[in-house]
Amino acid sequence: MTGKADRQTLVKLFFSVLYISAFTFGGGFVIITFMKRKFVDSLHWIDDQEMLDLAALAQSSPGAIAVNAAILVGWRVGGFLGMIVAVIGTILPPLVILSVISFFYAAFATNSYVALVLKGMQSGVAAVILDVVCNLGAGVIKTKSPVHLLVMVAAFCATFFFNVNVIYIILAAGVLGIILALLQHKKGEAA
Amino acid sequence: MIYLQLFWSFLQIGLFSIGGGYAAMPLIQAQVVQHHAWLDMSEFTDLIIIAEMTPGPIAVNSATFVGIRIAGIPGALIATFGCILPSLFVVSLLAFIYYRYKKLSVLQSVLASLRPAVVALIASAGLSILMQVALDGQAMAVENLNFIGLALFAAAFVLLRKFKWNPILVMCLCGVGNLLIGLIL
Repeated sequence: MTGKADRQTLVKLFFSVLYISAFTFGGGFVIITFMKRKFVDSLHWIDDQEMLDLAALAQSSPGAIAVNAAILVGWRVGGFLGMIVAVIGTILPPLVILSVISFFYAAFATNSYVALVLKGMQSGVAAVILDVVCNLGAGVIKTKSPVHLLVMVAAFCATFFFNVNVIYIILAAGVLGIILALLQHKKGEAA
Repeated sequence: MIYLQLFWSFLQIGLFSIGGGYAAMPLIQAQVVQHHAWLDMSEFTDLIIIAEMTPGPIAVNSATFVGIRIAGIPGALIATFGCILPSLFVVSLLAFIYYRYKKLSVLQSVLASLRPAVVALIASAGLSILMQVALDGQAMAVENLNFIGLALFAAAFVLLRKFKWNPILVMCLCGVGNLLIGLIL
């Protein structure tokens, strides 16, 4: 299932993920689409169904989806070495770009014109995030699952009003998910 | 010592951000703003703006940005390594299970329960950014409200929701808008 790749494949893998990572704006879901186009449609390294499963795995695992997808694709194409190559290719562009920006930020943020622009953009980014929240929240409401709605309301109150540690909230929701999965499993067996 | 703190903070961010996209944001805020005070709320909001406008995952972008500001290039590398390390282990483990059993249903059920919680956490982080815009760290009072910022927010929100404009374009327009208003007033 995991091939040992030759040098040429590894080089190709590296530059493919590097390119995808450097030019993909808009987060993990977008990057998976680009990976599918490259590794399934153009290079034929992975088949369609498997890519869908890898995408599901990347989304269900902790961490950035882009990094997770790179780990899976890299492993699938070139074993352990492929995984390392793909991960480095994926994190290199944001690492370099953000390093450059960080240096500029320190120098520029004190400039009053730049400060005005950034201040205005803060309004914009608040709108972008709350727009995404509306979309995601509508998705949760559409499931019409009372448990999930309750989780959403409870998690919001816990973090926003009571300052409960974010990690505890995630752990609690995860444990609840495992319990629900076990209950469903039992129901399935009984039926 | 600072390297260890950076590593440990971003390890937790990498380990507990599940669901991609903005899921890491509340965790980054908790670690970087509330727990360690490496950035104030305004710098954190700028970081999210920068992350939004550049390629790459928010967690990796933040690790680089915070790492450099706190401990230079080595700090950036260590923070980034910290935030991808959990992925390397957990994803490998899950991939092993997947190839062994070809079954993801339990995993997806857990994810279905996590999603509403993650949405709530992102909502809370988004609201705290909006409060930062409205009050800029001052006490809650009408005379402290930044009406220009709130008006820009309202306009941006309508452009995004009703007219589906590109988020980066909307953010840039808000920046230019605020600059023009600032120059005129």
